[in-house]
Amino acid sequence: MLACSITETTLQRENTAVVIEAVDKHFGNVQALRELNADIQYGRLTGLVGPDGAGKTTLMRIMTGLLAPNAGRVTVSGYDVVDDNDAIHVLTGYMPQRFGLYEDLSVMENMQLYAQLRSMDARYNNELFAELLDFTRLGSFTTRLAGKLSGGMKQKLGLACALMARPRVLLLDEPGVGVDPVSRQDLWRMVQALTDEGMAVVWSTAYLDEAERCESVLLLNRGQLLFEGPPQKLTAQLEGRSFRLENVGAERRTVLTKALDLPCVSDGVIQGAGVRVVLRDGAQPDDIQALADQAQVRLTAVPARFEDAFIDLLGGGPGGTSALAERLSPVELGSDIAVSCRNLTKRFGDFTATDNVTFDVHKGEVFGLLGPNGAGKSTTFKMLCGLLKPTSGEAQVVGHDLRRATGAAKSRLGYMAQKFSLYGLLSVRQNLEFSAGVYQLERSTRRERIDEMIDTFDLADWLSATPDSLPLGLKQRLALACSLMHRPPVLFLDEPTSGVDPITRREFWTHINGLARKGVTIMVTTHFMDEAEYCDRVAMLSRAQLIALDTPDALKQGAAGVDNPDPTMEDAFIHLVETADREMEARA
Amino acid sequence: MPTSTFSFTRLRAQFIKEILSVLRDPRSRMVVFVPPILQLLVFAFAATLEVRNVDIAVYNQDSGRWSHELIQRLDSADFITRLHRIDNRRELHTLIDRGEVIAALAIPVDFSRRIAAGDSGIAQVLVDGRRSNSGQITVAYLSTIAADMGVEIVPDAQALTPVVVRHRFNPNLIYRWFIVPGLTGILALFSALLITSLSIARERELGTFDQLLVSPTSTPEIIISKSLPALAIGTLLGLFMISSGVFLFGIPFTGSFILLLVSLVLFILSVVGIGLMISAVSMTQQQAILGAFAIGVPSVLMSGFATPVENMPVFLQWLTQAIPLTHFLIIVEGSFLKAMPPGDILASLWPLAVIALVTLTMATVFVRGRLQ
Repeated sequence: MLACSITETTLQRENTAVVIEAVDKHFGNVQALRELNADIQYGRLTGLVGPDGAGKTTLMRIMTGLLAPNAGRVTVSGYDVVDDNDAIHVLTGYMPQRFGLYEDLSVMENMQLYAQLRSMDARYNNELFAELLDFTRLGSFTTRLAGKLSGGMKQKLGLACALMARPRVLLLDEPGVGVDPVSRQDLWRMVQALTDEGMAVVWSTAYLDEAERCESVLLLNRGQLLFEGPPQKLTAQLEGRSFRLENVGAERRTVLTKALDLPCVSDGVIQGAGVRVVLRDGAQPDDIQALADQAQVRLTAVPARFEDAFIDLLGGGPGGTSALAERLSPVELGSDIAVSCRNLTKRFGDFTATDNVTFDVHKGEVFGLLGPNGAGKSTTFKMLCGLLKPTSGEAQVVGHDLRRATGAAKSRLGYMAQKFSLYGLLSVRQNLEFSAGVYQLERSTRRERIDEMIDTFDLADWLSATPDSLPLGLKQRLALACSLMHRPPVLFLDEPTSGVDPITRREFWTHINGLARKGVTIMVTTHFMDEAEYCDRVAMLSRAQLIALDTPDALKQGAAGVDNPDPTMEDAFIHLVETADREMEARA
Repeated sequence: MPTSTFSFTRLRAQFIKEILSVLRDPRSRMVVFVPPILQLLVFAFAATLEVRNVDIAVYNQDSGRWSHELIQRLDSADFITRLHRIDNRRELHTLIDRGEVIAALAIPVDFSRRIAAGDSGIAQVLVDGRRSNSGQITVAYLSTIAADMGVEIVPDAQALTPVVVRHRFNPNLIYRWFIVPGLTGILALFSALLITSLSIARERELGTFDQLLVSPTSTPEIIISKSLPALAIGTLLGLFMISSGVFLFGIPFTGSFILLLVSLVLFILSVVGIGLMISAVSMTQQQAILGAFAIGVPSVLMSGFATPVENMPVFLQWLTQAIPLTHFLIIVEGSFLKAMPPGDILASLWPLAVIALVTLTMATVFVRGRLQ
């Protein structure tokens, strides 16, 4: 018995790829990693999970020997990352967030370059290249310039280059960012094959749904390790606390607000027509059952998700009432149609980015634009908010043609870009003043609105700080405040929550839900499938064409099959894109 | 909501934003304020067209009095640091080849004899052609010294005295009198070019340009709000240079200050148009800075600041007419030294106005083109 356990420990030690012992790292006053202890095993996919700024990249760079820890030590395959730095470079393959691909070289030239940098024997290259190209399914694109590849293809090429020297430990820094679900599926398949060969693969991510696919996770928040182990172990702790109010329908935003304001509910999101809630530890589902009865809907228990566990570890999500929406008066519009486009087409040279797209968005609707990378989703979005001129067709915002009545249309829309485009050089107050001024608010209104925004979003303590120095959540509030300064009836959100932690994302959607309830029309593009669930309707674009337009539930239903009776939004996405591709090929 | 194509409220908000962006950004502050001061110091005190501190080699084959006299005079000449005395012709060439001396003087055997006989003594000068400009100036200095001797030797031969050259406007040919007014134009050019070329590119990097484009603001408003800070800062820098020319270097200012100020403003406006065009096509601030230099440096070289426009091939002379600096230099140099009459200033002022109109219009088109 004793001997047995010794062998097990030894085995485990022999199987350990990376040992992290009491690692501390700070940059100036910023503590990036605190007292971190963890192990990473061979033959296993380990997720390095946490929101932006959690310390994921710092830990990655320490493991590849690019950064030295301030205290503690890290060994990879028994080699210390500081003392045996040269060995580390041979043992590890590292794919940074933006892999160093040479955009002006072709796929093949990039691979040859990386092979030479690794001083590999040219004779064996062709064989290896063929294998890697086959593995990454890039075989038919060898002569294409790396700069012309889509986001997903770039990641795959990056992976191929990182795999060149057959590393024992492969470190992937947020490989899923900006990659659509179809390409992401491909990446998962490749990583699976690698771990099966015995490689240790570390996949860092801010998407919590990606964490669930990992065999083991290291959950980081603000430089501290919150959890280490299989994700199921963490979600198991939440068992029996997750519920869904089924088919709530049009009232779901109100129901979510009410649910979140209940003391027993720690977290809640919209899932299609339903509302999903997580109860606080030890809370009884009585109150939520009462809410379900009141709304005359069914309450069912659902399996816990990793995200639930994460939010729970952080002490629950924000409340359900949006102070912002409370202050708004309901939007009055002349017609029920807030945004519409007719045969919208955009060509760049001989490339068609958006092909004959037509749809209407109703007042007070949350409307999602989804699609794989390069499907024309952002081109369409930009034409709808007046950033691009359509080649043909027309786009209207609250009845104003964007081509003819540009000023009138533009003063009726609000826009919040990815990475919250704020003036980093101006202070918070100056940013607010600028947006008020550029939307032509007169002196008295301007002062009133600015004070109101400061009050609503709790910005009073930060007025003289620059946006760059603000915590992410506050930065997002400021961006939202700036885009809503002129009370637009239509709000455009371009990937509003990429790289934002789930709590901040919840707070953001609380405001958006509140705005929608007041009749503000929301247009949103996103890569997060759980955000698509918040939408009333989703338009799916693929290869420049509109391939589907329906409610999230209907789209999911369409993907249901014998082997997958309850598909997720991601399944629906992949199903729709693949079906459209097949149809297009059949026609060709 | 009123949505006219022009709104003072919007313009004011954007103008404040632009000024704050320049003043609150340490990088912009560096780009805008450090080069002027550095350039002022460098150009005013270090960069000089005079020849000083050179070495000269002398190969003297003559043992007469006149050659000794000549060498003594060279020895005491200010501009020569060291006089290498050598005794064979080969070394003469070696020293020039190695760049150790800029010029070498070979005095023939019959030098003193010819002078004694009433002829003019002839000495050969070899000059390093690689440094042609300084070389020529050195030859001129050497000739002056030799001519002085000639005059001494033959005091009554008036014919030998060279024609007396009197330089008008700058009698002592003080090079600062010539450089500092020109610098006014160059500094205003670079500051205005850099501020404007960074302005749109910076916003594009931040993503705020899209934010601006979705707002009801019109393209002319964007152009105006981005022109004003450059105009203000460029004008201030120009005035700073002009006043340091007058008060620090004591250069006589003889023209009309008002006309100069008008020209300065028009000049900066034409540069602002160029800067905004660069900015509209640049994706990053780095590209914008490179673009600004790619336009700025050739402008200075071709403007007539260092080399006369008349010496260029005809088609380049045509091109120089499109460079705002060419016209501004004529005005600023004329205002300082020549008391240029208003009529002549106007002759250079209207091309500036035309260039400003063209570049600003093109900038508007370029920015609007972003919304294709």
